[in-house]
Amino acid sequence: MLPGLSHEEILRYSRHLLIPEVGLEGQRRLKAASVLVIGTGGLGSPVALYLAAAGVGRIGLVDYDVVDASNLQRQVIHGTSTLGELKVESARQRMLDLNPDIEVHVYNEPFTSANAMRIARDYDLLIDGTDNFPTRYLTNDVCVLLGKPNVYGSIFRFDGQVSVFDARHGPCYRCLFPEPPPPGLVPSCAEGGVLGVLPGTIGTLQATEALKVLLGIGEPLIGKLMLYNALDMSFEFVRLRKNPNCKVCGPNPEVTELIDYEAFCGVPGHDHEDGAVGGGWDITAPELAARVKSGNSLRLLDVREPHELEISHIEGATLIPLGQLAARLSELDSAEEMVVFCKAGTRSARALELLLSAGFRKVKNLKGGINAWAKDVDPSLPIY
Amino acid sequence: MATLRIPTPLRAYTGGNNEIAVQGSTVGEALDDLVTLYPSLRPHLYNGEGKLRPFVNLFLGEENVKDLQGMATPVSQNDRLLLIPSIAGG
Repeated sequence: MLPGLSHEEILRYSRHLLIPEVGLEGQRRLKAASVLVIGTGGLGSPVALYLAAAGVGRIGLVDYDVVDASNLQRQVIHGTSTLGELKVESARQRMLDLNPDIEVHVYNEPFTSANAMRIARDYDLLIDGTDNFPTRYLTNDVCVLLGKPNVYGSIFRFDGQVSVFDARHGPCYRCLFPEPPPPGLVPSCAEGGVLGVLPGTIGTLQATEALKVLLGIGEPLIGKLMLYNALDMSFEFVRLRKNPNCKVCGPNPEVTELIDYEAFCGVPGHDHEDGAVGGGWDITAPELAARVKSGNSLRLLDVREPHELEISHIEGATLIPLGQLAARLSELDSAEEMVVFCKAGTRSARALELLLSAGFRKVKNLKGGINAWAKDVDPSLPIY
Repeated sequence: MATLRIPTPLRAYTGGNNEIAVQGSTVGEALDDLVTLYPSLRPHLYNGEGKLRPFVNLFLGEENVKDLQGMATPVSQNDRLLLIPSIAGG
């Protein structure tokens, strides 16, 4: 039995009730429905807002982060007034302000193999709004194992992808991407940046697909992948087929329970930069400042992109972008002491690995990058 | 010549070009032509053994070449190839 609608709800959803494809029954269906949104960041923001506004009766939010100023260029569910608050709480407040008739359940924890089944079990549909490969494979496998649709969206700079993976009726994420890229080959948004409105475009498409699936109307993107490019303003569609050798949804699956996704992908299940290499190869900003002050000769190697110098730079540093480093090693002297840095330490960590493999030994990674330098040594520089 | 569409993450290696005209009568030849034109793309598409990396998907029109004849899939004059990378941002 579908729940009824109060007079207030009938007025609130009037524009839905006027569409024959939704109507009173469809709106009651939405009220009875539940959606779990993994991540309340760029994609999760518009997804959660529109699903709340549309009257999806129960919405779960999974995130463990707090609202940071650098989120607000795109994560429109949060605001300046909720800086520093838990993202799930900030999002819940905004959703209940938009629609007090729904339930919002929050899970202030990372989505992991240990809790994913427990959290996801009670929802009709999952939305993949995560920012990293391990959580994407985890979300996929949870959906395949529990037999639930996974409304997928993913973004990078100006590119977006959307699909509905439902292994009961079509391919899953692993059918398309059987293996993750090697660590470091595909930059994250924290490293590579993203146009702020892009997750708005892709997230609203995910919300659209979720509503279609819940209402059972139209043609959801099952077996299709939509590719969007904001610069070209192009929307393209390709066909996806079930992979008969798929390790999770194929006829002879190898993955029959959740695995260690961080180990599978070789990267952590978050998009934060810890900015350290470990193994004694790091130097902190204050340590570097002391070294510079002592007057010992030391080369500072900046592996960021040229356009980042305008934001902040350290006097006297040599610029060789990470992508050019392998080809320009001859410009460096392995006998010279060197400290490598980037924005926050992720690219410089890869540069350090490259230098070590090329025989350099007198090298260190500036832990936390130029942002740590700005925070701890030179406050005249901005943090970005 | 067929055209091959390059996604944003890989445009850094094609001088910013988004559509590249490539020569070849098969998908494999067209890709070879692409990495000959832009050698720094090679490590992003092929692994150390010269095989296409499993996370790189190449579509001919709407179809994944894995669902056709793989690298031996014939390519004709006005065909359009699409490279689809895995991206994870959110």
